[in-house]
Amino acid sequence: MKQQIPSSLRIVIIRAMAKLAGLLSLIFIAGLVYLVIDLKAKDAANQETTLAKNEVDEISDQDWDKIENGIHIRTGLIDADGLMTVVSNCTSCHSAKLITQNRMSAERWNETIKWMQETQGLWELGGNQEIIVNYLVANYPSIKKGRRMRLENIEWYELKN
Amino acid sequence: MLSYIAKPIAKPLKRKEFIKKAALSSFAALLGTNIVFGSKILNGYTPIALDGSDPFDMFKKNKSMLVLNDKPWNIEAQAHLLYDSITPNSSMFVRNNGLLPETLDAKTWTLTIDGESVVTQKTYTLAELKSKFEQHTYQLTLECGGNGRKEFDPPAKGNQWNVGAVHCASWTGVRLRDVLEDAGMKSSAVYIGFHAADKHLSNDPKKEPISRGCPMPKALQDETILAFQMNGKDIPMIHGFPLRLVAGGWPASVSGKWVNRISIRNKIHDGTKMTGSAYRVPCKPVAPGEKVADEDMCIIESMPVKSLITSPKSGAMLSGKTLKIQGHAWAGEFEVAKMEYSIDFGSTWTPCEVQKPANRLAWQHFSATVKFPEAGYYEVWAKATDSQGTSQPMLVPGWNPKGYLNNACHRIAVKIQ
Repeated sequence: MKQQIPSSLRIVIIRAMAKLAGLLSLIFIAGLVYLVIDLKAKDAANQETTLAKNEVDEISDQDWDKIENGIHIRTGLIDADGLMTVVSNCTSCHSAKLITQNRMSAERWNETIKWMQETQGLWELGGNQEIIVNYLVANYPSIKKGRRMRLENIEWYELKN
Repeated sequence: MLSYIAKPIAKPLKRKEFIKKAALSSFAALLGTNIVFGSKILNGYTPIALDGSDPFDMFKKNKSMLVLNDKPWNIEAQAHLLYDSITPNSSMFVRNNGLLPETLDAKTWTLTIDGESVVTQKTYTLAELKSKFEQHTYQLTLECGGNGRKEFDPPAKGNQWNVGAVHCASWTGVRLRDVLEDAGMKSSAVYIGFHAADKHLSNDPKKEPISRGCPMPKALQDETILAFQMNGKDIPMIHGFPLRLVAGGWPASVSGKWVNRISIRNKIHDGTKMTGSAYRVPCKPVAPGEKVADEDMCIIESMPVKSLITSPKSGAMLSGKTLKIQGHAWAGEFEVAKMEYSIDFGSTWTPCEVQKPANRLAWQHFSATVKFPEAGYYEVWAKATDSQGTSQPMLVPGWNPKGYLNNACHRIAVKIQ
C-alpha cells in the first residue's frame, strides 16, 4: 500500500476523481430535482403519504444496511457477528449468493480465501479473516446429505389427465 | 477498508434519499474496489447492476429459472422447463466465469488461429468464416461439468447446480476442422485452446476468466463447430454472440463463448481453468472428503450418461392411475441405448420408448405411460444406459473435490389420490 504510485496510475486516479466529481454534481442536481418534486408532492396530496413513505423507506438511510427478520436485505446474508465484515470484504467482487449457496468447514473456507487471494485478486484480510470464517461456519453450517437426499420442497399441484 | 471508504461518500447521497439501492450498491463497490485495486475498475467495467436490469428481461429467460449467482451471472433451469425437444433460449442455463464483454460487434469481429502448432497464423472476419467454409447445423447437448454439484457430501464449493445446467439447442456454424485445416496444423498439434472477449472478475486485463479447449481428435470431429447461429437466429449475447465454439457431449466449458482466437497447441492447453483442479476429477477414486493433489486430478472429457424427466413437473397429484412421462437422455460421446423407469425405488424397472438422436451428440427423447397399482405417494425414477452398457447410478456417484459429474437418476414425486 505504501508503494510509490506510478504516473499511469496517478492519471487514472485523477481521471477517476474527475469522473467522481462529475457524478457527484449530477447526483446533486438530481437531488435538487427530487427535492422539488418531493415538496410539490407533499403539497399536493397528503393521502399519498403511505405510498410516498414506502418509497422513501425503500431508499432511505437505514435501508442501505437494513436488517429484516434477521436478514441483511441488500445481500440476503444472516444478521450475526461479523456480518458487515463479510459484506465489505466478500460482496464487492462476487455476489453474496455465492456465499450462501456454499457450505464449508473452516479449513475449506480458509483454503477458498487463499485461492481467491492467489487467483482472483482478493486482498489480505488480516484479522478479518477469522471473523469472516467464524461467521460463515456458524451461520452456514454443512448439511449432512449422505449418498442421496429425499425429495424436498415438493410443490403439489392437481394434474388433469 | 472498503466500508470505511464507501461510507462517508455514500452518506450525503443517502440523505438525499434519491439514489436507487442498486446504483448506490454498485457505486460503493466500484469506489471501494477502485481504492483497493488501483487502476483496474474505473477504466473498465460498468457493473451491470447500474443498468438496473432484471436478468430475466435482460437475457430473455423464463421467470421460473433459478438465479444461483448474479456476479457473475449463473442461472439454471428446472427440469420441467427443459420440456422442448430443442431447448429455446428462455430455458437455457447461463454459466459465466467472468464478466460479460462490454461491446460485441459482429461487423468487426475476427477469429485468429494461432499457436505453436499452426502452419500459418490466420485471421478471419465473421463474414469470411461464413462465406469461405461450408455451414452445418447440429443439435448439441451442452451440460455444465458441475451440474448436480448440489448433492455432493461433503459439499464441493462453487455454484450449487441442481439438475438444470443442461440444454440441447440447434447450432449452425462452420466446422472447426475446416478452419484449422485452412490455417494448417503441424504434426506437433495435440490440443486446441480458445480465447474470448469476456473479462476476469478482477477486471485485470491480463487475466482471462476462462480459456479451455480439447484434444485434437475432439477438435476435428464433424460436430465440433464454430457457431454463429442458435436455433436459427443470431446467438443471444449471453450464450456467446457473435461466435461460439460448440463441442457437444463434453463439459459445456469447452464450448467457449465470444471466441476470438483459437490456439493450436503442441501441449495440453494451459489456459485458465485447464490447470489445477478446474474441470478435473481424481484420476483414481477417492473417499468422500479426501484431499487430492493437483497432479492426481485428470481433465474431464466426455460427460457421463444421464437423463431428465421433463414432464410432468414434480409434485403432480392425479385422480387416475396412469401417467405419461417424457424427457431427454444423453450420454456424452456415446448414444443412449436403453431408458427405463421405476416406481418402486429401483426394485423393478420398466423400459421407456427412446428415440434415436437427431444427430450424434444430440439428446434423445423418451416417453412411457406409467401405471400405478394403488393410491399413495410415489417417486418415478428414470435411468438411462449408454451404448457401452454403463447406466446412471441411483446414488450420487464418486465424490470428487470440485463436485463434477453427478449423473445420479432423476426422480419426480407423484401422488395418486
